[in-house]
Amino acid sequence: MLELYDGALDVPALLKRWYEEEAQSNYGAYIPFVGTVRDENGIEGLSFDIYEPILNSWFDAWQERAAERGAILKMAHSRGDVLTHESSYIAAIFSPKRRVALEMIEEFVEDFKASAPIWKYDLINGERVYADDRSTAIIGSGLLAGGDA
Amino acid sequence: MVRIEFLGPISKPAIEMEAATLADVAKALREDAELAPWLENSAVAVNDTLVSGLETPLKSGDKVSLLPPVCGG
Repeated sequence: MLELYDGALDVPALLKRWYEEEAQSNYGAYIPFVGTVRDENGIEGLSFDIYEPILNSWFDAWQERAAERGAILKMAHSRGDVLTHESSYIAAIFSPKRRVALEMIEEFVEDFKASAPIWKYDLINGERVYADDRSTAIIGSGLLAGGDA
Repeated sequence: MVRIEFLGPISKPAIEMEAATLADVAKALREDAELAPWLENSAVAVNDTLVSGLETPLKSGDKVSLLPPVCGG
């Protein structure tokens, strides 16, 4: 399940609802990752753009990978502005035993950072400044730049 | 006509052009100096699927998207 929200995430409500949704599903492990916007470099917060069609297909592919190991994924992310000390991202894995969830949460979050079509901006004096120094080019980038076309 | 969309921080309005392959799109976009750095670091999707070859065929109504470097979370 992939959920997108305008503004900050309601962390307690999401974690509680996800827990309750799977409470009777016989999963032995529930491992959430909660990302919180830190107060650093004088930013007021972060802001996000999301391209939903490709985010959805990326997430669906991961859900299939999880299913092969008997696990399920849940993820929530913010659109627009999220202030410091608020949360913009939660990922969670439910699996029959802890090992799968512990391993998969790291693989999932790392691939999310490298591949999910989401763009981050610092909020500085009310302006959005693209976080280019923290961004990662998607594998295969540069296709239109070189070559002999 | 093929529609070209510039996502996230590229902040450029979509354009339409005649193109038979992705190579035609590349050739046209390289004439825009402002786009040069984005062409270097953007991935490309055709109809919301990432592609890896300039020979990718295009037909009227197709959507080409440029995806610059990402940073979710």
